[in-house]
Amino acid sequence: MSSEAFEVTIPSDTARGQAVQERIISLLEKLNFPPRDVFGVRLALEEALVNAIKHGNGMDPEKNVHVRCRVNDVSAVVEIEDEGPGFRPETIPDPTAEENLEKPSGRGIMLMRAFMSDVSYNDRGNCVRLVKRRDGDEAE
Amino acid sequence: MSSGGHRRLDIEEVGDVTVARFIDKKILDETNIQIIGNQLFGLVDEDKRGKIVLDFSNVEYLSSAALGKLITMDKKVKAAKGKLRLCSIRPDIYEVFAITKLNKLFDIHENQEKALEGF
Repeated sequence: MSSEAFEVTIPSDTARGQAVQERIISLLEKLNFPPRDVFGVRLALEEALVNAIKHGNGMDPEKNVHVRCRVNDVSAVVEIEDEGPGFRPETIPDPTAEENLEKPSGRGIMLMRAFMSDVSYNDRGNCVRLVKRRDGDEAE
Repeated sequence: MSSGGHRRLDIEEVGDVTVARFIDKKILDETNIQIIGNQLFGLVDEDKRGKIVLDFSNVEYLSSAALGKLITMDKKVKAAKGKLRLCSIRPDIYEVFAITKLNKLFDIHENQEKALEGF
């Protein structure tokens, strides 16, 4: 089985986040993940990295984001950890509720959950784990 | 157009309707989104355009931050008593609107021709 893994630490800079995103996407493409999976992973990575950089680290140049990635033939697992205080995902209001529909927040997490196979947070809430199983595969 | 940076929208006048087509394939990066947002808002705030169609035919990726700008755009257009329609959204992207239920907020049409019909 083909397998690729890497770890990288980047400053709180969305351009650097984009570069990490491209690196992970190129691994998925190399392992021939279907385009729909690649679309979902890219979107989830964008949301998670922006959350870590903006909301987690508050764009603080002194704080870093740590990314751990493992991709093989059946799944992609990415952990994104910021150096912020963490948050409780269950406290984010439902962006699809009528009264929240016009508010510009809460959609990032919702999209991550919709497009990934599994999204989980550590207890502190400063590290998100994204799992994408290759379309049609049951096992991780 | 007011904001700095490269032009991110192709603007075309069709009768009294302004058609703005996104040039970027990916509306992701924070800085990009900020610039695109300012160029969109300029259509309403400065150019006072009342009927606007946003054409998504080039767009392959779009994040929740971009959705935020579209929501603000919708509010601005409504406040100015104008009308906003979206068109040519590919299925992957449409799913993003559907998941977030923004397909109910926006007036979405299959293509530009249909968006212009009866506008």
